[in-house]
Formats: sequence, C-alpha cells, structure tokens
Amino acid sequence: MTLRRPLLVLVALVLALAAFACGGATSARRITVWHAYRGDEERALKEVAARYEVERGVKVTLLSVPFDAYLSKLQAAVPRGNGPDVFIDAHGRLGTFTKEGLVADASGAIGEADVARFDETSVRALTQDGKRWGVPLATKCLALFVNTRLVTSEIATLEDVQKLRATLPASAVPLAYEAHTTYYHVPFLHAFGAELLGSAGDFAMVGRGAEDSVALVRDLTKDHVVPDEPSGALVKQLFVQGQAAVVISGPWLLSELRDEVPFKVQPLPTVAKTGKKMRPYLTVEAAFVTPDGAGKPDAVGFARWLGDDASARTRALVGKQVVATKSAWADPEVARSSALAAFHAAAADAVPTPTSTRLQATWVPADQAIKKVLRGEAEPKAALDEAKARFDDVMRPPPPSPSPAPVMLLAGGALLALAYFGVRRARAPGFRAELTRSLPVYRYVIHAVVTVCVLVVLPLVAGAATSFFAGGRGETRFVGFENYAQILTARGGALLGHGSFYLTLLVTILWTVLNVAAHVGIGLALGLALARPWLRLKAVWRVLLILPWAVPSYVTAVAWKGMFHRQFGAMNAILTAVGAPPVSWFSHFSTAFTANLLTNVWLGFPFMMVVTLGALTSIPKDVLEAAEVDGATRWQRFRHVTAPLLLPQLLPSIMLGSVWTFNMFNVVFLVSGGEPDGTTDILVSEAYRWAFTRDSQYGYAAAYAVLIFLLLFVATRLLGARVDRAKAKVA
Amino acid sequence: MDDKPSVLERVVVHLLLVGAVAFALYPVLWVVSLALSQGGLSGTGGVVPLPRAPTLENFRLVLGTTDPDGAWLFGRQLANSIVVSLATAAVGIAVAIPAAYALARFPFVGKEAGVRALLATQMFPTVASAVPLYLLLDKLHMLDSRGGLVLVYAATSVPFAIFQLRGAFSQIPVDLEEAAMVDGATRFQAFVKVTLPAARPAIAVTALFAFMSAWNEFILAATLLSREDAFTLPVVLQRYVGEHDAAWGSFAAGAILVSVPVMALFYVAQRELVSGLTAGGVKG
Repeated sequence: MTLRRPLLVLVALVLALAAFACGGATSARRITVWHAYRGDEERALKEVAARYEVERGVKVTLLSVPFDAYLSKLQAAVPRGNGPDVFIDAHGRLGTFTKEGLVADASGAIGEADVARFDETSVRALTQDGKRWGVPLATKCLALFVNTRLVTSEIATLEDVQKLRATLPASAVPLAYEAHTTYYHVPFLHAFGAELLGSAGDFAMVGRGAEDSVALVRDLTKDHVVPDEPSGALVKQLFVQGQAAVVISGPWLLSELRDEVPFKVQPLPTVAKTGKKMRPYLTVEAAFVTPDGAGKPDAVGFARWLGDDASARTRALVGKQVVATKSAWADPEVARSSALAAFHAAAADAVPTPTSTRLQATWVPADQAIKKVLRGEAEPKAALDEAKARFDDVMRPPPPSPSPAPVMLLAGGALLALAYFGVRRARAPGFRAELTRSLPVYRYVIHAVVTVCVLVVLPLVAGAATSFFAGGRGETRFVGFENYAQILTARGGALLGHGSFYLTLLVTILWTVLNVAAHVGIGLALGLALARPWLRLKAVWRVLLILPWAVPSYVTAVAWKGMFHRQFGAMNAILTAVGAPPVSWFSHFSTAFTANLLTNVWLGFPFMMVVTLGALTSIPKDVLEAAEVDGATRWQRFRHVTAPLLLPQLLPSIMLGSVWTFNMFNVVFLVSGGEPDGTTDILVSEAYRWAFTRDSQYGYAAAYAVLIFLLLFVATRLLGARVDRAKAKVA
Repeated sequence: MDDKPSVLERVVVHLLLVGAVAFALYPVLWVVSLALSQGGLSGTGGVVPLPRAPTLENFRLVLGTTDPDGAWLFGRQLANSIVVSLATAAVGIAVAIPAAYALARFPFVGKEAGVRALLATQMFPTVASAVPLYLLLDKLHMLDSRGGLVLVYAATSVPFAIFQLRGAFSQIPVDLEEAAMVDGATRFQAFVKVTLPAARPAIAVTALFAFMSAWNEFILAATLLSREDAFTLPVVLQRYVGEHDAAWGSFAAGAILVSVPVMALFYVAQRELVSGLTAGGVKG
C-alpha cells in the first residue's frame, strides 16, 4: 500500500519523459491541429489533412476538442508550449487570442498576394492592427429559409413576411426564429441603424433605433407572426412540419433538414419601414497558427493548404461549408447547391462579429432585456437602459492599484497568529509526550496528507490568490482587497439589488435548505423502506432507485432542461394531460427555481438513500431484538433505537451534502441558466459568470469563491459545535 | 427478527417505492427515447416518452467512430474510462484507508485540524483550480497521461473517502482487534485480518464513489488530455454539443452507453455490500 503510490508516480513520470523524448526526435515533420468540428465538416477536414500528409510527408494529428472546453484548453496549453501548431476557431475570439498571445501573425500562410483569393469580408474580419491573423476557411451567418410550398410570392421585405399572416392557415406561423436571443436580434438591430457594441466598446443597444427594433419584435409576437418562446428545437420542428412559412437560421439547420418540405434559402430581407437591410453577424472560421506553429514551416504550410482551391472544394462538397475561398464557387459541382450559394451571398452583406473582448459581456444583459420586453414586463426603453447599466456595471474600469501593505499585513498577521498558537501548544505541559506518542500514527496519514496538500490544497490556494488581482489574463494587476470590497458593497448599488452578493446568497441558502431537506427526507424514507426484512426483490428496487446517480450529472441536467421545454417538454405534456394550462417554466422565479429544485432532488436523493442504508446495516440487530423483547412498538424502536444510532452517522453526510448543494453548479447553470433575469443564479454560478462571460474577471470570480469558502467554513464550524454540544448532552 | 408486517405497512412501503421508482425512471426513459429517435428534441414527446420512429442509428454513429488508422476509437475511449476510473478508485482507497483508520482509532497531535482541513477542501468551489492544476501537472511532466489524470482524481476523492471510512472504522468494535492481538497478531495483522473485512461494505461503497466521480468527470479530463485516443467517455460525449446546435440523439445515445457500466457495477456492488454484511463481522 505504501509503495504503490510512489511507484505509480515513478512509472508515469518515466512514461511521460519517454513520450516527451520520442516526440522531440520526430517533431520536425509532425504537426498537431485542433478543431471542434464533427460530422461532415470533420470528415472533410480529415480528407484534406490526409492529402497534405501524402503530398508533403508530414504527419498531421487532428484533435477534436469539445466546444465547451475549447477556449480554456487553448489558454492553458498554448502559453506552456503544449498547444497545437494550428487550430480552427471562429474569428470572434481573435481579440482574446491576440491579447493573450495565443496566435501568431499568419501572413506567412496568407500573404498580400493571397488576399484576393478570399472573400473580402472574411479577410477583413481576420485583420487587426494591420496584420492578418488567420486563413479564412468558412463563414456562418443567418439567412432566410423559405418554405416554397407555403410561400409562392417573393419575400423582399419583412413586411412581406408579416402579410403572410392573412393567407396562412391559423395553425401555421409566418415567421419562426429564436426571438429572445440577442444573436438573432442583431439583424433587426442593424435594420434600425443601431448596433450591439459601439466603436468605443460601449453597449450601443440603446436609443431610438434599438427601442424600435425590440418593439417591432414584441408586436410580431403579439400579432402571432412569430410564435411564443421559440427555441431552436421548436423553430426546426415548425419548419420541418410545414407549420412555419419562413424561418431565420444558419447553415447548421441545413444538415438537419432532409426532404420533408421544399425550401429555398435567401439572404435576410429588408425592413421596408427603414429601408435598411437586416444584416446578421458574420462568423468567420479560420485556421490560426500558434506562436509554436509559426516556427514550423509545415504548420504554416498546413494553414495555407486548408485555404487553397482544392481543399476549399473538398470542404464545400464533403463538409457542406460555406467556404471563403472564391475559386470554389466557380466550380459547377459546388454551385449546384443553391442553399450554400445563398448563404455565400448572405455572407457578403453580413457584418463581421466584432472581435473586441467586450462583446462577450453584451449578450447576457441584451438577452435579459429582450426577454423582459417579450414577456411584457418592461417597455423597450426601460429594459434597454437597464441592460446598459448592467453592462457598464460589469465593465466598470478596474480599481486603482493600491499598495500591497494591507494584504501583506493581513498575511503576516495570520502567520504570526498561527506561530503564536503553535508555540503555545508546543510549550503546553505534556505536549512532548503527546507528540512522541503521535509519531508512529503519522505513518498512517502521511500519504493522504501529501496527496491532498499537493493536488487539492495547492491548486485551491493558487486559485484563491488570484482574488487579489483584477483584469483578464495578460493584463492582471494587483488590487488588494478591492474585489472583496466591491462584492460586499454590491458595487455601490442597493444591497439587495439585482445580482448583488446578498440577494444571491439568500437564493443560495433557500436552495440549499430545500434541497437538503428533500434529499434527507426522501433518502431516509426509502432507506428505511428498503431495509424492511420482508421486502422482496430488494436488489432490483435498489438498483432502480440508484439510477439517477449512475447518469452523469451534466446529462441529467440537460435531460431535465428538455423536460421543462415550453413546447416539447414532458412536464407540460403531463400538465396538459391533466387539464392544466402549460407553464412557461423559465419565465418566473418560482417555476424556474422549482425546475432546478426538482432536478437536483432527483440527482441527490439516491446518495442519501445509500448512506442511510449503509448506516442502517451497522445498527446491531440484537439491540433492536432486545427492544422488541421489551415490548417496544415499531415506532418506539425507530424513535429510541434506530434514530439515535442513525443520526450521528448521517450527520457528516448531511453536512457534506449541504456543502455540495451549496456549490451545485451544473444544475443551476444547465437547467435554468439563471433565468429569468439572473434571479435563480446561486453564488457559484454567479462566480462562474464573472470568470467566463463577463470579460474574464478571474480575480473577481476568485474573490467570490473565497467568500463562498469562508461562509461555508464558518457555518459548518458553528453547526458542528452545536452538534457536539447536543451529543455531549445526550451522553 | 420475526416481523410480520401489516397490510397497511406493505401498501405504504410499496407505494413509496413505486412512486420513487417512477420519479427516478421517467427522465431516464426520456433520454432513452431521445436516443432511439431521429430529429432531436421534437422526435420524442408526449406524456409517455416513446420515439416516433425508433432507430438505432444514433448508437451506430456513436459506436462506429474510428481514428484515421481505422482503429475502433470508442473501444479505446471506453478502455481509457475503465482504466482511469478503476485506478482512481484503487489509489483513492489505498491512500484513504490508513488515514481513516488512524483518525478512527488513535489520538494524535493535529488530528482535529486535519479533519477540519479535509472538510474545508470540500467547500472551495473548483471553478478556479483547473488552471493551477494544469500548471502543476505540466511541471511534473504528467500532462496528457492517464497517470496524471488518475492522480488528480484520486486526490480529489480522498477527503470524502476518508470521511466515509473513518465512520465505518469507528463503528467496528476495538475489542475485535484487541482479541486478535491477544491471540498473537500484530496490530497490522489484526487490521488486515479483522478490521478490513468487517469494513468491506463501506469500502465497496467508497470505492464506488471514487469510481463514479472519475467516470463522470469531464472538465478536467478535457483540459488535461490532448490526444483523442486518450480521451475518456464524458469528453467524447460533450463533443456532441456544439456552438449553434447539438446532436441530441448522439448525445443521448452516448449518455446511455456511459451510464450502463456504472449501473452494472452498482448492481454487483450492492450484492457485495449485502454479502459483506451477512458475513457478520459487525456483530462480533
């Protein structure tokens, strides 16, 4: 037992070093490429890479990285030299890439002479500070899918779509798109001469044009031109079943359509009222070269290869991509797909998504504003002004760098106090003897101490240390206690205002208490039921009840979110079946919170059940038998024998369960996602938002994490002390 | 025990169990239905989750992935998951057992503080620790190796394992060991021959915990591994969710494939748990 661990470390070390050495020897003719493609797009990429291998004699290793982990993986790997040589990603993150030094100037792969070979907009999207940072591969933007059976006239303006209401049957809608998502609202915004992000990096979705655009969408919904709460799944279904005349979507919808309905694709229409086109955001997928890759001619060559004529043709034909290489569109076979050609035409009019890192912070407040207006909770002006205030709050300038003295003082003070108590303890009478007696025991705990300290405590401490800094990666500076001060003063807003620490804390406490009560209640009841000696098929019952626990929690969360879906969810199907009206689950705090709660109760009760079962089996039977002989009733036996023996064993698990629930990120983030309006967020998901959707304020997020830790630490200490006192009383 | 249950008790217990099973199974059936239907969320629906047009296409897609050399990628990744999770359980338990035993049996300097520190590690949100871990493993040259992943998972599972096992060990009467020692066994022999077997059910459950946390973990695995043939299953599963769209059918099919081995294991472990109990070490 004592040898196994060091041995394992040693073996792993040797293996890793060996792999490193081998890699070093052959790295000259070997490149690594990361991408997030799947299906047809992945197949096309593999084909193109295989040709490169044959032609140039270079081994190309393709790695498909899950989209959710893509950026954080790049951020972790590239600076340490473990990253890819070339990676494929959307140009929207270029601001982050250049700020953090994840990409190198790509003019080696796309020189001055090459520019003319690509669509002009896509090259422009990848140009920053006069440099070209990537080879444009394909574009994605929104366009109009028209059901040609339902629509025989030409659609030139949005008003043409509105007019369809009169001619369509009542069961069909003229227009379906994800109306409450900002990304889909951007074309409307542009048609009214407004923008999402201003040139100074400000929240520009305010003022007359923006208000009119939101009001228009509200009216479209009111007049039943657009369905209520249309999610991506609903949009697709309506179109496939011929119940939507026109939908707004991107090339990703193409791969899901077979030949259920005849359709054509065309660029988005014009809004006749303003005379302006609905110009969507354009995403340019590009091959980026990392600083490591820039030193390898093979890597630069591969980025170039991806964009050349033959590769573009393969990516268009096999990958069904809207390629950015002009020559491909002259190919008769490529041109045959009218849908792709229409997307290509739409791309020419689209506005490249801004690459500023500040764009990230606009989505959430803008989404919240649109939803509020569509739910009828606010007028456009009020909602958008509030969104701007929220954006400004998130993007407030970083605090000035104070002197490090307070932090140093506190750290020094803490060390002194520790030393003081240590010395006092050491000088206490009998300590030496106690320590001598303890020495042999340390042999038992040393492995655990080392493992936990190095691999658990050290990373946590390092994480906590970032709470004294502000700014994203690449521009961090020391700010002392400023992050804490801002959190605890709600950044100058109302203490219980929207998104304040205290309001979120209240929600978190409510969340924890209700969950743990339900977990323990259900778990205890089931545990006791399963322990009935006369119960048959125990193993079967047990396994069926354990099921929720065997499914990975992110799968659970996603499945439950689907079950609360407004149109396709099982919950609303059940409600309808019993005659109740369907509920729009994520529009109100109470229902959204209930949805989260149900999910987490489902997820957590098996744990308490198993713990109860385990604890029950350790209750000596003879004690129970003795009680029975003494004439105790079933209830008395439970009350006076089982429960007192059970509870002390359950307490540590209840305590741990509470801590886990308090920090239950997956469920809140994946089921309600904080909806409506961020009210169901708990402290952990709030911390996550600061780190990942609000301009990468890692320091601020870390301060949240430290505060969560302190809260839990103090709470469990107090609780533990009370429990100890109660136990002492019983004894 | 001669416990003749009343009819009422039988009915109540069975109602409770049936209700709970329905609650537990419903979402699972929903995922199964999703996995068996084409066309994502709208392919299933209604109160009873039944696929409109049942097909095994999603499973074929998930199971059929191969790497450029034609090797069976899913099999490889399944093997990774199994190896990593088993090793995590073994290492985690091996590290936790002596420590938990010491905490349950002996007084020593720093015990209180140690227990408190262990509990404290469970309170810190892990949002911020992925990057420091990455840097650490990079320094140790253990990035991108299953060994590194196992070490991290095992270390993460140790605090909880210690809690579980400490409780189990302290339930086992000291007299058992002392009796063995009177019979001439050393402390270590007494521990191995008497205490460990008596704690077998608790060890099984704790090992299961460690196994499952490794089996289901995705964020660290995705960050620390950079070779497709080193990926564990949850990372593969996550790939079906993209930026604009999600392949719901494949995601659901993958979810079922990931969950089945854990369920099987649970079934086995439950039996182990029961047999460990009837062996009767607890009663002495």
